[in-house]
Amino acid sequence: MLANSIDQLITELPTQIGSDVTAFLSELVLCGTVVALLLGRLLGIDRKIPGHWIAMAGTLIAFGIAFGNVYANGPDAYQAGEDAQLFSGLLVNDGLTVFFRLFLLVFLVLVIALTVLSGIPDNEDGPDFYTLLIGATIGMMLMASANHLLMLFLAVEMASVPSYVMVGFLKGKRLSSEAALKYVVYGAGAAGVMLYGTSLVAGMLGTGQLHLVAEKLGELLSGEGGVGTAMSTAAVRTIVLGVMMILVGLAFKLSLVPFHFWCPDAFEGAPAEVGGFLSVASKAAAFALLIRVVHQLTGFGDLAVPLAIGLGVIAVVSSTFGNLAAYFQTNVKRMLAYSTIAHAGYMLTGVAAMLVALEDGNKILAADCIEGVLFYLSVYLFMNFGAFAIVALIRNRTYSEEIADYRGLKSECPWLCVMMAVCLFSLVGLPPLGGFVAKFFVLAPVWEAASIHWSMGALVGFALLNTVFSLFYYLKVPVAMFIADRPEDARSARTGSTETVFVLLLTVPILLLGMSPLIGKLSLAAERVAHDTITVPAADQAGASTSPEK
Amino acid sequence: MFQEHLPTLIIFAPTIGAVLLMLMPKDNEDGLRYTALTVTIVTFVLTLVLLPGFDMSDGKMQFEVNAEWIPNWNINYQLGIDGISLPLILLTSFISLWAMVASWSITKQIKGYLILFLLLETGMLGVFMATDFFLFYVFWEVMLLPMYFLIGIWGGPRKEYAAIKFFLYTLFGSVLMLVALLMIYFNSPQDSDGKHIFDLLLLADAAQGKEGLLNPVMQQWAFWLLFIGFAIKIPSVPFHTWLPDAHVEAPTPISMILAGVLLKMGGYGILRIAFPLCPVAVFDGSTVLVAIGVISIIYGAFAAMAQTDFKRLVAYSSVSHMGYVVLGIGVVGVVSADTASDYWKMGINGAMFQMLGHGVSSAGMFFMVGVVYDRVHHRNLNEFGGLASKMPLYTGLSAGIFFAGLGLPGMCGFIGEVFVVLSAWQFSKILAIIAASGVILTAGYILWTLQRVYLGAEYKGPHEEALTPMLPRERIVAAVLLIFAVILGVFPNLIFQYMIPSIEELTKGMAGQMTGL
Repeated sequence: MLANSIDQLITELPTQIGSDVTAFLSELVLCGTVVALLLGRLLGIDRKIPGHWIAMAGTLIAFGIAFGNVYANGPDAYQAGEDAQLFSGLLVNDGLTVFFRLFLLVFLVLVIALTVLSGIPDNEDGPDFYTLLIGATIGMMLMASANHLLMLFLAVEMASVPSYVMVGFLKGKRLSSEAALKYVVYGAGAAGVMLYGTSLVAGMLGTGQLHLVAEKLGELLSGEGGVGTAMSTAAVRTIVLGVMMILVGLAFKLSLVPFHFWCPDAFEGAPAEVGGFLSVASKAAAFALLIRVVHQLTGFGDLAVPLAIGLGVIAVVSSTFGNLAAYFQTNVKRMLAYSTIAHAGYMLTGVAAMLVALEDGNKILAADCIEGVLFYLSVYLFMNFGAFAIVALIRNRTYSEEIADYRGLKSECPWLCVMMAVCLFSLVGLPPLGGFVAKFFVLAPVWEAASIHWSMGALVGFALLNTVFSLFYYLKVPVAMFIADRPEDARSARTGSTETVFVLLLTVPILLLGMSPLIGKLSLAAERVAHDTITVPAADQAGASTSPEK
Repeated sequence: MFQEHLPTLIIFAPTIGAVLLMLMPKDNEDGLRYTALTVTIVTFVLTLVLLPGFDMSDGKMQFEVNAEWIPNWNINYQLGIDGISLPLILLTSFISLWAMVASWSITKQIKGYLILFLLLETGMLGVFMATDFFLFYVFWEVMLLPMYFLIGIWGGPRKEYAAIKFFLYTLFGSVLMLVALLMIYFNSPQDSDGKHIFDLLLLADAAQGKEGLLNPVMQQWAFWLLFIGFAIKIPSVPFHTWLPDAHVEAPTPISMILAGVLLKMGGYGILRIAFPLCPVAVFDGSTVLVAIGVISIIYGAFAAMAQTDFKRLVAYSSVSHMGYVVLGIGVVGVVSADTASDYWKMGINGAMFQMLGHGVSSAGMFFMVGVVYDRVHHRNLNEFGGLASKMPLYTGLSAGIFFAGLGLPGMCGFIGEVFVVLSAWQFSKILAIIAASGVILTAGYILWTLQRVYLGAEYKGPHEEALTPMLPRERIVAAVLLIFAVILGVFPNLIFQYMIPSIEELTKGMAGQMTGL
C-alpha cells in the first residue's frame, strides 16, 4: 500500500513538478535576480553594471514570462479548482494569482524606474535595496497565490521582513530608524497573532488547505453531527477566534483601523519611494489574500453575515478615521498615509459585500464585488503611486515634504503640479478621473447587496460622505501649489523632462481609466478574473473574454 | 456623416482648443487669447449648424449618438438633442463666446485661465447633450474642477473660501445624485443580457410605466435626492448660500458663465432627469416645489435689496429670478392619462424661457458690474453716483440690461415671468399673488440701484479719474447682450417654436403616472 503510493509519487512527481514550475517561473526568475544581485555585489560586478539594470532586466523577463504564459494558455485556463493547484496544493494558479502577478510585476517596473530617477538608493546601496524590493515582491506574489494556511503565514512574513528594512533604509535619519522599529514591533505582534490564528483554524478543521476551509467549516458547524453555529459552543468560539486572528494579521497589512498605528509613522519616516511601494503592492497582495480567506468564510453559515457586517464596520471606521486624521497633517507623506488607510476602507466594503452575496448564493454579485476591488486596485496603483512619485521628485529639489513648502510650485514645475492635482482629485474620486470609475465599480455592487442586507446600503452612504470629507485635505496640496505664491527665499524646484515624462506615464492611465473605452477592457478582464475566483458557472457568465491586465 | 458627429464635435471642440493652448508658449498672451476666442467662435458656429438640421415639429431626441463605452455595465457614450436642450446649448456657446471676449481683462497666468475656461465649456455642453445617466453625471462633475480653480486662482480677496464653498456644496449635491443614480440603476428593467440600464430615455419609459414600472417608493426617494442635488445648483433657498460668495469672488467672465449657464443646469437637470425618471413623486411633491420657488423669489428679492455690494446684489437677484424657474416647472397639473394641463405646459415653457432670458440678462448685469469694477476697484453701492455724466454710453447700455433683468415688457425677462405667474394662478391663487409681488420687489431694488449708481449729481467714491468711457471690446459685449435681450423679448417664438413639442412630449409621458389615471 505504502510502497504503491511511493511508486506512484516517484513516477508522477517529475511531470507534475515540471508543469508546476512553468506556472511558477516568474517568481523563480525574480529569485534568480536576487541571487544575481547578491553575487554581483560579491564579485564587484555592481561597479560596472548598476544594480537597477539587473533588477529591471530580471523584472521585465519575469513579466514577459508571466504575460507569455497567459497568452499561451488563453484566458480560460485559470478557473480555480484542483487543476489550478501547484506543489501539491500549497499554491494556486488561478485568475486571481495571474492578475496580481502581472499587477505586481508592472508595479515593480515602475518602482524601479522611479528609484533610478530619484536616486534613492545610491549606487553603493543599490544591490541591497533591489534585493529587498524584489524579495518583498516575491512574498507578495506568494500572498496572492497562497492556498494553504502555512503558505499564508510564510508569504506574509516574506513580504513583511524586507519591508521593515526598506522603511529604515535611510540609515542616517533618526525618523527613518524610528519608523522601521515601530513597523517591526507592530509587525511582529501581528504576525504572532496571525500564526496563532492559523494554528487554531488548522487544528480545528484538520486541514491547512485554504480552499477546503469552507467545506470543513460547513461539516464542523452545520453538517451531520455538526456543533451548530451558537457562539456558546467551545468549538465555534475557537474557530471564530482563529479566523479573527488571521484577519487581524491581514488588517495589519492593510493598515485598517485599529491596526493602523504603524502606518503614518512608517510612511513619514520611510523614503517616499518605499512608501509608494508599500502603499500599493502590500495592500494589493493583502487584498488578494483577504479575498481568498473571506471567500472561505461562507462555511460559517449563519455567522457569515455578522462577520461581513464586522468587516463593513471596520471599513467605515477606517475610511472615516483615515480621512479625519489626514485633515490635520502638514506633511504630505503622512497625509497620504492616512489617505491609504481611508482607501483600504473603501475597498474593504467590496469584500464585505462579497461575503454577504456569497452567503446569499448570489455568485454573480459576489464576482461583481471582486471585480470592483480589482479595478479599484488597478487605478489605485497609478493614482497613489503617482502622488508618492511626485512627492519624491519634488523632495529631490526642495528637500522638503511639508505642504507649506509646496506653495506656489506651479510657477516652477507646472506639469508636476497639474499631475499631482490629477492624482489627488482621482483619489477624491472626481469624474472624469479613474478614481471615480473605480469608486463607482466598488460601491455599485455594495449598493446592490443592500437588497440582501440593509447594512450594505449604509456602507455606501458612509463611503460617499467620506468622499466629501476627503476633499478638504486633498485640496490642501493643490491649493498650496496653485493658489499661494512662491515665497521669495524658497528653493528652486525645476524638474527635468525625464521626470515629467515618467510622471506623465503614471497619470495618463488615470485619465484613460476615467474616460476612455479602456475602462470597459479592464473591467471585463477584472470580471473574468472574478468569475474564475468565485467559480461562477459558465452558463451564468455574460460572455467575457479578454486577457487580464491591459 | 457630419451630422452624426456634430454633437461630439461640439462638445470636444473646446477640449481640442485647450490641448492646442497647452502646446503654445505662455509668453504669447495675445496669441493665446485669440486662439481661445477662435475656439469659442468655432464652437458657437457649430452649435448654430445644429439649427437647420433640427426638426422643430418633432419633440423627441434628435442628433442621437450611441457608442459603447463600458459594455459590461451597459454604460454608453450616448448623446441627443431635443427642444429642451437645444436652446440651452445655444445659450452656452453664446455666453461662453462673450465671456471669452470679456476675459481680455484677465492678465494673470492667462494660459492656465484659458485652458480651464475651455474645459469648463466642454463640461457644460456635455451636460446638455448627454442622454446616458452615467455620462451625464461625469460631465456634470467635469465642470467642478475648472470652476473651482477659476474662482480660486483668479478670484477676489476671499477667493479660497468662496471656491471651497462652491466645491463643497456642489460635491454634496453630486453625491446625493450618485445615490439616486445607483437606486434607479438597480431598479431599472434588465435588457436582453440581464444588465440594468443607464439610458435616460429607456429609464423614462420605464418610469412612465411603458416597460414595467420603476418601483414607486424608490421614485419618491430618488426624486428628492435628485431635487436637492439640482436645487443646490439652481440655487433655491435654502441651498443658495454658496452663490453670493462665489459670484462676489469670481472674476467677471466667470460670473457671467456661472449666472448665465451653470445655474441653468439645475433647472435642466430637473426637467431631464428628476421629472421623467420619477413622475410618481412629482405629483406628490409639486406643492413643495412651488413653495420653494415662491420663497426663493421673495427671499432673493429682499436679500438683494439689503445688499451694499453691487455684485452681491446681482447675485441675489439671480436667486430670485431662478425661483421663477422652480415655480414654473412645479405647477403640475394633469387633465387625463396622457394629457397634461395647459397651464403646466405653459409653466414649463415659461421656466425654460426664464432660464434663457436670465442667462442673457444676468450675464449682462455681471458684465456691467465688472466694467465699473475694473475702473474704480470697488463695488460699494453707496460710493457710486453720477456715472451717467461721466460714462453716458455705459449708463445707457447698463440701464437697458438692468431693465431686461427687471422684466420690462418687450425684453427677455418679461416673457418668462409672465408665463410662470399666469400658470401659477391656475395652480394656487395665493402663491401666484405672492410670486407676482416679487416683480414689484425686483423693480424696487433694480431702480434703487440704478438711482444710486448712475444718477445723482456727483461720483462719491475713490478713483474718480479712472472713470473713462467704455473700450470698444466692452461696448460690443454689452451691446450684443442688450440686443439679444430685446430680440428675445420681442420675438419669444424664436425660442418657443423649438421647445413646445418637446415639452408636450415630456408632460404627456409623465401625465399617465401622476394621478394614477
